[in-house]
This record gives sequence, C-alpha cells and structure tokens, in this order.
Amino acid sequence: MHSSSPSSPAVGSGLRALSIAAAAVMAVALGLVFFYAPLDADQGFLQKIFYLHVPLAIVALCGFVAGGLMAIMYLRTREARWDMRSYVAIHMSLIFAVATLITGSIWARGSWGRWWAWNEPTLVSFLIAFLLYATYQPLRFAIEDPERQARYASVFAITAAAFVPMNFIAVRLSTAYLHPRVLGSTSNLPPRMAFTFVISLLAVALLYATLCSCELAAKRARAQLRTLRRLADARAGAGADAGGQSRRTRSETPPMPAAGTLAAPAPRGGL
Amino acid sequence: MPTALLGALPALPLHEAGKYVAAAYVVAFAVVLIYVAIMAVRLSHIQRELGELSRRERAAAGRQPDSTGESQLP
Amino acid sequence: MRRTVAALLRKELLIELRSWQSVPGMSLFALTTFVVFHFALNRSSVDGDLAAGILWVTLLFAAILGVNRLFVADAEEGGFDGFLLAPVDRGALLLAKALALLLYLVLLELVAVPAFALLLLGPTLAGTLPSLVGVLALGDLGVAVIGTLVAALAVRTRARDLLGPLLALPLFVPIVIAGARASSPLLAPRGGDPAARWLATLGLYDLLFGLIAYALFDFLLED
Repeated sequence: MHSSSPSSPAVGSGLRALSIAAAAVMAVALGLVFFYAPLDADQGFLQKIFYLHVPLAIVALCGFVAGGLMAIMYLRTREARWDMRSYVAIHMSLIFAVATLITGSIWARGSWGRWWAWNEPTLVSFLIAFLLYATYQPLRFAIEDPERQARYASVFAITAAAFVPMNFIAVRLSTAYLHPRVLGSTSNLPPRMAFTFVISLLAVALLYATLCSCELAAKRARAQLRTLRRLADARAGAGADAGGQSRRTRSETPPMPAAGTLAAPAPRGGL
Repeated sequence: MPTALLGALPALPLHEAGKYVAAAYVVAFAVVLIYVAIMAVRLSHIQRELGELSRRERAAAGRQPDSTGESQLP
Repeated sequence: MRRTVAALLRKELLIELRSWQSVPGMSLFALTTFVVFHFALNRSSVDGDLAAGILWVTLLFAAILGVNRLFVADAEEGGFDGFLLAPVDRGALLLAKALALLLYLVLLELVAVPAFALLLLGPTLAGTLPSLVGVLALGDLGVAVIGTLVAALAVRTRARDLLGPLLALPLFVPIVIAGARASSPLLAPRGGDPAARWLATLGLYDLLFGLIAYALFDFLLED
C-alpha cells in the first residue's frame, strides 16, 4: 500500500490489480478446499472450516502487529499517512478477528457440541485481543484534537501489538494442562492439505490487503473532498467580502478519526 | 495417519458437518459483502458531495467570468 | 533522575496521605467484594483454584479504582503543564506514578489478604504466606506498570472513567492467568509450590511492559 499523490485518482490501478488478484486466488482456494484437499480422518468434512478459520486468525494477528509497526512509523515521522494506515490495519484486523471468533465457534459447535471452547488457545486469546482492540475506536473518538488523537492511538496500537503475542503465550500455557486441544493443530499436515492451506492463507491475506486499500482510498477521497470544500467555502467567502481578507476557516473535525491530519495533501498558498 | 479418502469428490454430506462448514463460509462471505455495501454507500456520499461542490463552483465561475478562472476541479 | 523520581513520589504520597483518595477506597472495595462473593457463591470457605480466582479478581478490580484516580489530579489542576516545564526526564513521572501505584497495591494487599484469610479462605496461610507474597509482588509490578500507562492514556479523554478499565482489563488478563495459576497450589488444602513457569511468565510480562511503558510514556506527555 503506497500513498498516492494528491492528484492521482483514489482508485488507482494498484487497487484494481489487487482486487482482481484477490478474487482469483480466493476462487482457486475455494476450489482447492472442496475439490482437492483430502478429507480429514478424524473430523471429516467439518475440518474444511480449518482452511477458513486459521488463515483468518493468522491474517488478523499479522494485521494487529502491522498496525503497531505503522504506529511506530507514525511516532517517528509524524506523517499522517502512517496513522491512517495504522488505523485501517487495526480496524480491518478487528473485523477479521470477529470473523475468526465466529468461524471458530461454529467449528467448536460442530466438533464438540458446544458453542465455545475454553481449551482452544487460539479462540480464547482472540477473544481477549478482540476485547482490547474494541476499545481502539472509542479511544480515538474520545480525543478531539487530531494530533493528540493520532499520538495516543499510536501508543495504544504499539502496546496492544506487544500484548498480542504475550497473551497468546499465557493462554496457551494455561490450557496445556487441562485438555487436549479440540480443534486440531496445524502441524504435520499431509502435502495436499498443506498446499491448500497455503493457498487459502494467501487468499485471505490478499482479501485483507484489498479491503484495506479500499478503505484507504475512500479515506483519501474523503480528505480531498474536505479540502475542496474548504477551498470552495473560502473562495465563496472571499468573493462575498468583495476583495477583503477572507479567513481560511478550519473545517470542523468530522466524527472520523484522524480527520484533521488527513488534510496534508492540501495545496498551499492563498487564493 | 491414513487420509485414504481422496477429496476428489466434493461429496455433499448428508450428515451435519455440511451445515457447519456452509455456515462458516457464509459468515465470511457475508462479512465481505457487508463491507462492499458499506463502501458503496460511502461512494455514493462522496459522489453526491462532489456533484454539489462542482455545481457550486460552476455557478460561482459563471457569476464571475473574470475571476481566477482555473477551477480546482479535475 | 533519581532525585526527580524521589521528589515526585514524595509529592504523590503526601497528597495521598493528606486526602486519602485511593488506598482506603480500594481496601474497602476489596472487603465488600469478599462479602459479595460469599453471598454470590453461597460458600463460606474456598480453597485452591476458586480461592485464587476470588483473590485475584478482587485485587484487580480494586486496583482499577486506584488506576482511575492516578492522574486525575494532574489532569484537572494543571500538574502536567508544571511538570513539562521542568527540565527533567519525563520518564521520571512514569516511574514515580508507577511506584506510587505499587505502594497503594501493597497497602491494599496488607488489608485484603488477611481479610480474605479471615473471611473466605479455608486452608491456613501459615506455611505458604512467603510464596504468596512473592507471587503477589510479581503481579503487583505488572499491574502498576500497565495501570500507569493506561491511566496516562485515558485521563485526557472524554470518557476516562470508562476507558481506563476497558483498556486495562484485557491487558491484565495474562497477569491474572499467571497469578491465579501460581497462587492456586498455595491456597490449596495441602499447600504446594507455584509452578515456575507462571513466575517466569509474570516476570517476563512485567519486564516487557515495563520497557514498553518507559519507551512510550514520553509520547503521551508532549503537550
């Protein structure tokens, strides 16, 4: 995801190529899952959820960590685009985490009869991570100053990204004693299953990247629109004052995170 | 561990597992679709605002033919 | 640096001593919670896992009360500005506040643990008390570090009373996991020893978040 210059269209060829690739790989992955991968000896057809649930989990985890890394970049460079990317990465990972929880719950119900499995470390640590990251947006919305909002959100993102692996370790340790894992592990996969898994992982990763790029493009378009509106208002104000000094009004902070900081691409100079 | 059953036949199983697998994949599909719908709504908002802005600018440019001239709009 | 921390810490403790904002409230909360647990669980005596769980949950929620109040005075009365004007290392504020919170937690436990032994705990604590103190100390370090970071993050937002606990509780979960698992054999009828892995987890967690909090705290104070 590279930032586009202000004059390039929001939906560039990059996003188009990405979404086509994502769709293609997803189709291939689905085909592999249902037509190529062998049936699991233990769980039978139910195991097919594995190709959806685990890639979702992995991509969500990487997304949370990526959000933390981008937050570090923001704190170092103070460029608004890093904060925007961090926000989008975390937001999308949160959605993928919810999907992980739902698919994991369905899997638990199918293989164990219960809608939740406390002895499945992935599910449990995702629940905790979800509870933590669910506070990210309320935190952002509770801070009005855009620069402080971005700064505090970055601190949160970095803390949370460090938390996720530690949390997983702690939860894993606590379940090791009690019961054997219900939903099966990802090691020792036969080759055809492993190949299918890798392609599924790629598909989910591309989907994530596509959705994030889409979101970023929408945000950039919104920001450019806001700049345009501000210029138009200022121009209208200048015209009305018949040549008098027009105040460049600062647009009010809309209820979108990091709103003010997205005005960076605005052209400088007076009217 | 014998995985003797080849998945060449994507048997639609008559036992319960099929329902759960279908439910899981439907959930994932629905999430993506909901996202697309949200994006579509946002796109329509952006288009509406763009239309409004361009109308205003054209009107303003029309009223002052000797003004700065270059429209900021593409 | 040390002198700055010492001065700030003295100020914190003086304020607490004069106004008694945190420690009495936390202790009272813990005592009341024990009573509530008795009625909620309909048990007069608990041991092992259940005892460890009740103790840790109560301590954690009482700690959150302290966390909520940690930076409130500074935010409301301009203490941040005064501190920022002084030519000192900003990490000193983090250290001082964390140490203060740690002290409050220790004082809290001086009240809560005997109360717990009196009210709810079945087995006696006689032999296992030193180990329990060790486990609690490790847990307190983590709670103090994370509590201070979260308090600083939440205090200048609009919903600080709500955001503080919401942010802190998930971050506390690994501490609860390791702390409760480690305390459980200590509170069992036939006392045992805490498993080393839980102590290691607590120590690692404390160290990791101590470093992170120290690295990130400056960014919260820039204005």
